[in-house]
Amino acid sequence: MRSALSTLEVVRPRSLDHALEALGRSVSGERLVPLAGGTDLFVYLNAGTPPGTRYLDLWGLRELRGIRVRDGGVRLGALTTFREIREHPVLGRRFPSLVAAAAEVGAWQIQNRATLAGNIANASPAGDSLPVLMAHDAKVDVRSARGAREVAFERLYRGYRELTVDADELITAVTLPFPPARSFPFFRKVGTRRAQSISKVVFSGLLALDRERRIAHVRLAYGSVAPVTLRARRAERALRGEPLAASVAARARAALAEDIAPIDDIRSSRDYRLAVAGNLLEQFLRAAAESRARR
Amino acid sequence: MARRARLPRASRTVLRPPASVGRSVPRLEGLDKVTGRALYVDDLRVPGVLHGRTVRSTIARGRIKRVRLDPAFDWSGVVVADHRDIPGENLVALIEDDQPLLAAEEIHHAEEPILLLAHEDPERVEAATRAVRIEYEPLEPVLTIEDSLARKAPLYRDDNVFKNILIERGDVERGLAGSDLVIEGEYRCGHQEQLYIENNGMIAERTPDGGLLVRGSLQCPYYVHKALVRAFALPPDKVRIVQTVTGGGFGGKEEYPSMIGGHAALLAWKSGRPVKIVYDRLEDIAATTKRHPAAIKLRTGVRRDGTLVANAIDIVMDGGAYVTLSPVVLSRGAIHAAGPYRCPNVSIRARAVATNTPPNGAFRGFGAPQTQFAVECHMDRIAAALGLDPLELRRRNAYRLGDVTPTGQVLRESVGALEALETAARRARWAERRARHERENRDNEARERPAGLGGAAAGRRRGETSRNGAGPRANGRRLRRGIGLALAYHGAGFTGSGEVKLGSIAALDLSHDGRPRILSASTEIGQGTTTMFAQLVAETLGVPADFVAVETPDTGLVPDSGPTVASRTCMVVGGLLEKCARAMRERLELFAERPIRDARDFQRIARRFLAERGPLRFERGYEKPPEIEWDDDRYRGDAYGVFSYGCCVVEVEVDLDTGETRVLRTIATADIGKAIHPILAAGQIEGGTVQGLGYGLLEEVRWKDGRVWNHQLTNYIIPTSMDASPIEVVIVELPYSRGPFGAKGVGELPMDAPAPAIVAAIAHATGARIDEIPVTPERLLEGLRDGARRDGSRSSPGSRRGGKRS
Ligand SMILES: Cc1cc2nc3c(=O)[nH]c(=O)nc-3n(C[C@H](O)[C@H](O)[C@H](O)COP(=O)(O)OP(=O)(O)OC[C@H]3O[C@@H](n4cnc5c(N)ncnc54)[C@H](O)[C@@H]3O)c2cc1C
Repeated sequence: MRSALSTLEVVRPRSLDHALEALGRSVSGERLVPLAGGTDLFVYLNAGTPPGTRYLDLWGLRELRGIRVRDGGVRLGALTTFREIREHPVLGRRFPSLVAAAAEVGAWQIQNRATLAGNIANASPAGDSLPVLMAHDAKVDVRSARGAREVAFERLYRGYRELTVDADELITAVTLPFPPARSFPFFRKVGTRRAQSISKVVFSGLLALDRERRIAHVRLAYGSVAPVTLRARRAERALRGEPLAASVAARARAALAEDIAPIDDIRSSRDYRLAVAGNLLEQFLRAAAESRARR
Repeated sequence: MARRARLPRASRTVLRPPASVGRSVPRLEGLDKVTGRALYVDDLRVPGVLHGRTVRSTIARGRIKRVRLDPAFDWSGVVVADHRDIPGENLVALIEDDQPLLAAEEIHHAEEPILLLAHEDPERVEAATRAVRIEYEPLEPVLTIEDSLARKAPLYRDDNVFKNILIERGDVERGLAGSDLVIEGEYRCGHQEQLYIENNGMIAERTPDGGLLVRGSLQCPYYVHKALVRAFALPPDKVRIVQTVTGGGFGGKEEYPSMIGGHAALLAWKSGRPVKIVYDRLEDIAATTKRHPAAIKLRTGVRRDGTLVANAIDIVMDGGAYVTLSPVVLSRGAIHAAGPYRCPNVSIRARAVATNTPPNGAFRGFGAPQTQFAVECHMDRIAAALGLDPLELRRRNAYRLGDVTPTGQVLRESVGALEALETAARRARWAERRARHERENRDNEARERPAGLGGAAAGRRRGETSRNGAGPRANGRRLRRGIGLALAYHGAGFTGSGEVKLGSIAALDLSHDGRPRILSASTEIGQGTTTMFAQLVAETLGVPADFVAVETPDTGLVPDSGPTVASRTCMVVGGLLEKCARAMRERLELFAERPIRDARDFQRIARRFLAERGPLRFERGYEKPPEIEWDDDRYRGDAYGVFSYGCCVVEVEVDLDTGETRVLRTIATADIGKAIHPILAAGQIEGGTVQGLGYGLLEEVRWKDGRVWNHQLTNYIIPTSMDASPIEVVIVELPYSRGPFGAKGVGELPMDAPAPAIVAAIAHATGARIDEIPVTPERLLEGLRDGARRDGSRSSPGSRRGGKRS
């Protein structure tokens, strides 16, 4: 442990209001850093690079827990753990790619602690749930003592590890609309090994065909190939309105190279990421075609 | 009283004492470990202890201009020590005396220790490390084998070569000229981190008699002893080294504990207080030893039928900044470099070179995994060039009884190469699986060829494949499967005259309560030494293993039985203990004038002996078997008393879209002589196999300006249990007449074969033969893309040259 733990302070709020109040007050002095499952924060503490010395422990806040199924979709409390996601029957049926992502976060021990909001707020471009949230047009509920607002997940990141959430705001929930009828969801994590691994490329797709078997709805979301998790909009455009054909896939793949900007880093290389991002796009389209053919 | 009442049972005639050897008795220290009672060095509470930290160089090569302690920091209570505080010689004594305990002026590698700090409060000392300012005059470092050979900068003598070895048998050039086909190949392997669970750690204190007591996590107490005697200019009896419960070593705690032990001792020496230094993972990975990277070239002549005629091998290993153990690592690597194959003409030229990287050191296998990786990959390349089944090629050439190794050693007994090979092939159903993967891969390729996006046909086909269990196209994936094998051997014990020079001694005495007590410096580091030793003694004395006491390796109490390395502990030290036990049994039976019946009887006789005659202790030292001869100068003769043999077969699945390789199934056979404790032996084989899998597929030390970049568990990637496949272990027991109960060595052998077996399986699955490990997905995708290394096209029988370099 390279951080001086004796210098740290943890505030345990009784309620969400209390938490927001404390957070709001802290903005003028030494800021409170929200602490959820702690699975990201403890890594920084151990390495001696803590983001602050005062922490706001959210773990006991019931208001931030629970998965609720509603008419148009689901609402996941900020503290929803990946284990809860993994084991939720409705999510399993309606959002299989989210469940697949949850099952590949760390391993069981991490999934028991790691929260959805923590994954979002940690803002790593390698966060595994993020491409799924993006592919499903998720919305994020954000609150402060000043009030509440809803942010489209797509507009949550300003740049590398930078959120459009203010220092006095907390993420309280994430809502996901049910995907269009008969759509095909997809998730693929390419990590450094089969568990306890950070993504080198992570991809989530969602696609629905119209009656003419043309692509009516498509989302392609990637992590670890740019400073932020992003939608490959050019590639999406190349697919929209087109049939599931090899030539279309090739055009989309070419367009994808313009969407993403991978780099060489400690885990992988730019070349590898470019190639794999393209391959996963084709894999997704193949899988969608196979799944259609089976119906 | 109750005891007395049961006496008649003990006096029953026991025809045969309960067998211990060959039975998987409970580990003696197992319960303490699983219940958390076992205390590791960081668990020990020492009153008044200071916490030590090491300030290390941030540059790879250069000079220290100035060391400054930031005056703004409150230095009260901080103990500061540098090279000037060392009472003896500033060195870590090992083979050559070239490595300083603390850098004085010159910096030869990044993370070289410069300054030591200690304080009561670990947080304060941590902060103090950040208040040290070191100014350098940096020099251009030499970081690769190539740059070292090119003498980009002079690092060691005039050629940057720590050690040169030449092994010759027959006439290689004539052999090559006379063969039907010559195949060339060049192979590379990178660093590998031992990654024991418990990081390095030591506690040192001054003793009232003016000496030092150093306790900690280590493999070789007498190595630390020797180093500290020199660094502190103390008489040997004033330095006492004690092993604490050790959470793994794999060679990583062979020589490095002399460094960290010296540091803790220096801080204790200066402060007069006990000092504990325990590395965290970041420091341990960044600063401690790794497996030597190697570049290996082979030029092999064969006859059309696959018979090996000549083998010219060139090995270069990266030793890092100081000599440390590189000469002996190189030696073992060179001796094993031609693999377990008969070949009349062999030349092996091996060099270890200096670079400005942290010294590379001991790691399970000690040079042999590198060279056998190369020769095994090369055997597969030869098989491909000849159109032979890789199994068949090995079958034709594998050592038999009476064959001669490159050093001229005649294999007189216990040669299990063929048995290991055939057993593995049979278990794996080699031919059948090979044919099946080829068929399925062809089907899959054909299905994918139109580059269409699946459609009805693909959907239907998918159903078919999943019915027959292959499922190679799930959810749009393009998967290929393959099977590969590798055969390896591993000499047990120190190389050449090593055991003679070591002259190990082990002892057995009677404890106060009349139990046999083992006295040796051989350490339990997780591999089972304690239990296995107890079994050997127990078997000989006719008592259960848990009746035998095993003394903590403590240089104040135990004789020097040598380091716990080189697969020697059971075969060599265990053999000495067996002899001690035989002598003890004889002595006690003579005293009792009747045979010992069981443990209770033993204890009764022993107590009586202690009361009437006093202490009883037997010591045995290593004696060279008369048939073994070794010539150090010419590198000829019996390099090892005996070899163990192992074969590994793996089946893999490669994802063509991502380059990811999954090992589906592994068969590991091992001829290790008698398995004293079959479960522990199998554990060694399974663990070594997974470590080999990591070596072959995942583990890559990445460097930035001479410093380890990925010094965290999150980015130095070892296999998890999810990455390991089921492993079927088959132990082959060809006995060795000089090993205790026929035992040979098991510790290192399992590390040799998995990596080349995986490379072979990947080549079988995809056609891409990757000559460098680890075969990361990045490397494999690149290999698949350029296709330059594919088989078949490059080398055809009849041509004079083959392989990728032609
Ligand atoms: C061994 C290991 C393996 C891992 N594997 C993976 C993996 O495979 N994939 C992956 O994506 N991640 C992985 N992680 C990272 C981590 O587990 C996830 O990012 C996790 O979702 C973080 O959630 P948490 O609740 O633990 O966050 P915390 O560590 O508590 O917080 C993370 C950040 O989010 C902020 N925060 C938390 N909650 C809120 C909130 N409600 N509002 C505003 N800000 C908030 C905190 O201030 C902090 O900056 C791994 C971590 C470890 C240690």
